[in-house]
Amino acid sequence: MDCAQAQTVIECYADGELDAVTTTRFEKHLEHCGGCQRALDRLSSLSSLIKEAVPYSAAPERLSRQIRARVDQRNVAPGRAHGAWWHWLRPAALVAVTAVVTWIIAAQLNDPPAKELVAEEVISSHARATLTGHLADVASSERHTVKPWLSSKLDFSPPVPDLASAGFPLVGGRLDYLDHRPVAVLVYGRRQHMIDLFVWPDNGARPVAASEPLSKQGYHVLHWTSAGMTLWAISDLNAPELKTFAEKFSGVK
Amino acid sequence: MGGKIPEISHNRVGNKKPWKVVFYMAPKNPSAGSPINGTRFETTVMVHMDAAYNLARWLTRDERDAEDVVQEASLRALKFLETFRGGNSRAWFLAIVRNTYYSGLKKNRSDTLNVPFDEDGLQEHDSAHAFWAEGAGEDPIRDLEREEAKRLLRAALQELPEEFREVIVLRELEDLSYQDIARIAKIPLGTVMSRLSRARKLLYRALHPGQQES
Repeated sequence: MDCAQAQTVIECYADGELDAVTTTRFEKHLEHCGGCQRALDRLSSLSSLIKEAVPYSAAPERLSRQIRARVDQRNVAPGRAHGAWWHWLRPAALVAVTAVVTWIIAAQLNDPPAKELVAEEVISSHARATLTGHLADVASSERHTVKPWLSSKLDFSPPVPDLASAGFPLVGGRLDYLDHRPVAVLVYGRRQHMIDLFVWPDNGARPVAASEPLSKQGYHVLHWTSAGMTLWAISDLNAPELKTFAEKFSGVK
Repeated sequence: MGGKIPEISHNRVGNKKPWKVVFYMAPKNPSAGSPINGTRFETTVMVHMDAAYNLARWLTRDERDAEDVVQEASLRALKFLETFRGGNSRAWFLAIVRNTYYSGLKKNRSDTLNVPFDEDGLQEHDSAHAFWAEGAGEDPIRDLEREEAKRLLRAALQELPEEFREVIVLRELEDLSYQDIARIAKIPLGTVMSRLSRARKLLYRALHPGQQES
């Protein structure tokens, strides 16, 4: 590095902005160049004179106070009011988004798959029972026999209405295990057909009205909730009569 | 310039999110400030009050004007607080201060801008790149009374055109890097260097009564 080159980078060096390689080369030049060393001395003495001559003027306390006051004012003042609807919209949007997301998750978790699964379990249980001819653990048309028996075996007391007058005589009841819990199965008859009604409590469940029965594997399946109970009816009975049964069951109780 | 925020380019990428949910409620107690903006405002803006005031004072050359500029700049900074994405908050705020000063200047006193400044005496030394080595003559700082040197320097800084004054203040008083100065003054890095160099030579020359006269 010669003097001309050194002079082009001397200020960068004084400002500490020179890269490492050039710094080394510059310093090497400086070792044997009195002129450049003098130049550097002048630069640094100017720099310290500036710092000395120009005292750092601290902001007056008053200024900070005024700014904080104006900032606070702005935060509550009508200046912000034009955006007020927006500020309310944000939480509102959050609520809406949360609702939609919850609904989607609930629909994902509860509805198709879970419901599908329970329907499969209901069908399996009913098919097993009819195949083995073991429909009832307690065979009785007397609901005052069936209900206490079921209640004693379960942690809840299922509704056991007398629907004989509606053409659905009680046949009996049994226990089963589905949807990860013990459930009551009430067996009602309709002519030569048997109706299995699966009952278990479902606190906090959304009320589900009995819709049109599903047709699966030759059975009709109907699901609804009523009075905190989840109900599944399954039968080889025709769909309209199964629906009538459901209506009678929940209407009479 | 208008009311626009100064460009701190590397921090501004992606500041528009498609949507963002932020609870903002006006504080019930006026002195409490917004719980979100309030804290951020303190740590991003208020901590640099001295630096802001110092720069404004050297730009306006008037204490009352400086306070006005800083107040105005602080409110702008509050408004643009969300656009600050980390990095050097002092440089970010100083850029707003500078911007506020220049936009105010345009509005009020556009006629006083761009005072012509005679640099002829510097050009020849400049091209030789030898000013500090030879062209400066005897070191006036060494020869002058310290108080006299300081007085001369303050006067010279006061008289420097503002584009030179601001780089000196940012470099020598704020100790900011060339990069930060370039962002604040919105000039290329090379211009930062050449302006600093010019400014220093002008100041140095002003300390040299002999050169001043000629």
